[in-house]
Amino acid sequence: MAAPIAIHLEFGGGAELLFGSVKEHHVTLPNQSAPWDMKQLLVWIRGNMLKERPELFVQGDTVRPGILVLINDADWELMGELEYELQDKDNVVFISTLHGG
Amino acid sequence: MCQVDEEYNGQLEHRVTPRVSKKCVKCKENTAVLIIRAGDAFCRGCFKEYFIHKFRAMLGKNRVIFPGEKVLLAVSGGPASSSMLSQVQEGLSRDAPKKLRFVPGIIYIDEGGASGQSMEERERAVAQLESVFRATNYHYHIVHLEQVLSLPSSVLEAGSSATEKPQTGSSYKAAVDQFIQTKKNQHPDLSVENAQSHLSSLSMQEVENGVTSPITPEHTQALQRLFASVRTLTAKEDLLHTLRLHLILHTARTQGYTKVMMGDSCSRLAIKLLSNISLGRGASLATDTGFSDPRYGDVVIVRPMRDYSSKEIAYYNRMFDIPSVFIPGLDTKAQDKASIQHVTESFVTKLQTDFPSTVSTIYRTSEKLHTACPPQNTNTQPFAKCLLCVCALDTKLEEFSAYQATLISEQLSQRRGPGPGFTPGAAAPGLPPASSASQGQCYSSGGGQHQGCMTGEGGCCSSAKKPETVDLKSLLCYSCRLTIKDMTAEDALPQYILSEAERRKRRSQMREEISEFLLEEDEAILSVNGSL
Repeated sequence: MAAPIAIHLEFGGGAELLFGSVKEHHVTLPNQSAPWDMKQLLVWIRGNMLKERPELFVQGDTVRPGILVLINDADWELMGELEYELQDKDNVVFISTLHGG
Repeated sequence: MCQVDEEYNGQLEHRVTPRVSKKCVKCKENTAVLIIRAGDAFCRGCFKEYFIHKFRAMLGKNRVIFPGEKVLLAVSGGPASSSMLSQVQEGLSRDAPKKLRFVPGIIYIDEGGASGQSMEERERAVAQLESVFRATNYHYHIVHLEQVLSLPSSVLEAGSSATEKPQTGSSYKAAVDQFIQTKKNQHPDLSVENAQSHLSSLSMQEVENGVTSPITPEHTQALQRLFASVRTLTAKEDLLHTLRLHLILHTARTQGYTKVMMGDSCSRLAIKLLSNISLGRGASLATDTGFSDPRYGDVVIVRPMRDYSSKEIAYYNRMFDIPSVFIPGLDTKAQDKASIQHVTESFVTKLQTDFPSTVSTIYRTSEKLHTACPPQNTNTQPFAKCLLCVCALDTKLEEFSAYQATLISEQLSQRRGPGPGFTPGAAAPGLPPASSASQGQCYSSGGGQHQGCMTGEGGCCSSAKKPETVDLKSLLCYSCRLTIKDMTAEDALPQYILSEAERRKRRSQMREEISEFLLEEDEAILSVNGSL
């Protein structure tokens, strides 16, 4: 039994173009019995937030190669990548590295 | 391994994702926040140290930037160049004796005209970047890509190196010591103020000059016409890259900068290496992806960020609040296979996720490439360099080279047969026979030569533009030829390119005409020795 979770999402490095050029989003994930994990979050984002070209953000189960994910300012590889369970008020950042500099 | 959609489910060991919070591998006390390379976890403090140290080590290892030199930083607003800017700020601000010592300037090239952005978007991006640049207190130059239409043709010549002394380690050390001595001799309290006030007074003056003259819609339209005449995205990106480089070079030369720093990261250079091979630029790989690029002679391009992966740069920017502006380019939201560069990028990035050592392997390979001959080859004729990319021409080869084979097979695979006077060594195979008839009387001294008539005369008779466009190909290296081939309207090219092409063609014709009177290099030496 999980209460609705409030998550702060940020997009950078060009990824915001896919979300209406808005970099910061506060979302509330709806109630569900099992706790939310990153895999489900990605599915949710794909279904509810992506305005166009989903293949530029999500590839299969995970994010497209070249997109970095930070959970609470730490590499998501250290948190378990897709299996990480989201807590209330988590901060998830997606940065695209595909546009050079 | 070489299939398009390979699946390794169950065959590869899945990378072990750690569940417990790891400790930093360096200090072993703090919690790690980031994994770099294939498994090194760093904490925040150690990562910052590592990042800063790498920049200074890169500059220190390759001792090409001498103290007091003027260095132009090419900032595109993206993460890597913004990171480079912050590293330069960091390095210059230290009080330790080991601080960086050069005079930086910033250049930003507004490419909105080519990528189809509206004026408001461009102005917004420029305003954002200007606020970033102003905070650094360095001179900055905002150059619009439209200005490439009014460049002088001297841009295309490789200048001679400003300092003739050999760049050995001892001369570098001597230069550094001398610099420190002169600094000490100045009044210690005022030297810092002097530098600051000097810089700020210059930047006050430069701010007017920094933002260059406003561009007219006609310029933008001419630029758009140029890019619209290029059929493929690959050629567009290549052309954009060349024009951008020319602009940077011109600014560096006119403002007195001897070095240009580009912010190419390791990942970007790996992609560039592979795509350059695909584009036909294999001969100049060492200069295109190495640390320093000396082919322009007086201005050397260095790439201090070439050791950083894009992941490291993105994390550093995020953690330490480095401002960067995202500006959409030509290949934003393009299809996966829209251009060679784009498909290489997605290939390398995808491979990198499964095999984390991909980028570093490619990088190590590129480090092993060196230029074979010294870059300051004064014996090379000026027009033995490619017109656009100033690398050595690789298309003036003998009769039986692979390049001639490709020409012949291209010729044979076209509908119409070879035109009259076609020889494998001709500069323009496949020229339709009708054009020679339309030339009329030609007053060139080689009157009997069929060749002279067909391939254009430049100054000797006022013929149509058509022969000139054919000439362009003979002055270009293989990959630039491919880019120009993709253009439908070559006269949309900026004037400086066309006039320089004309000049070189005239020169080479003149050279041909007086060739029997010229002594070859070794003949001259022999005759001198003989007379002694």
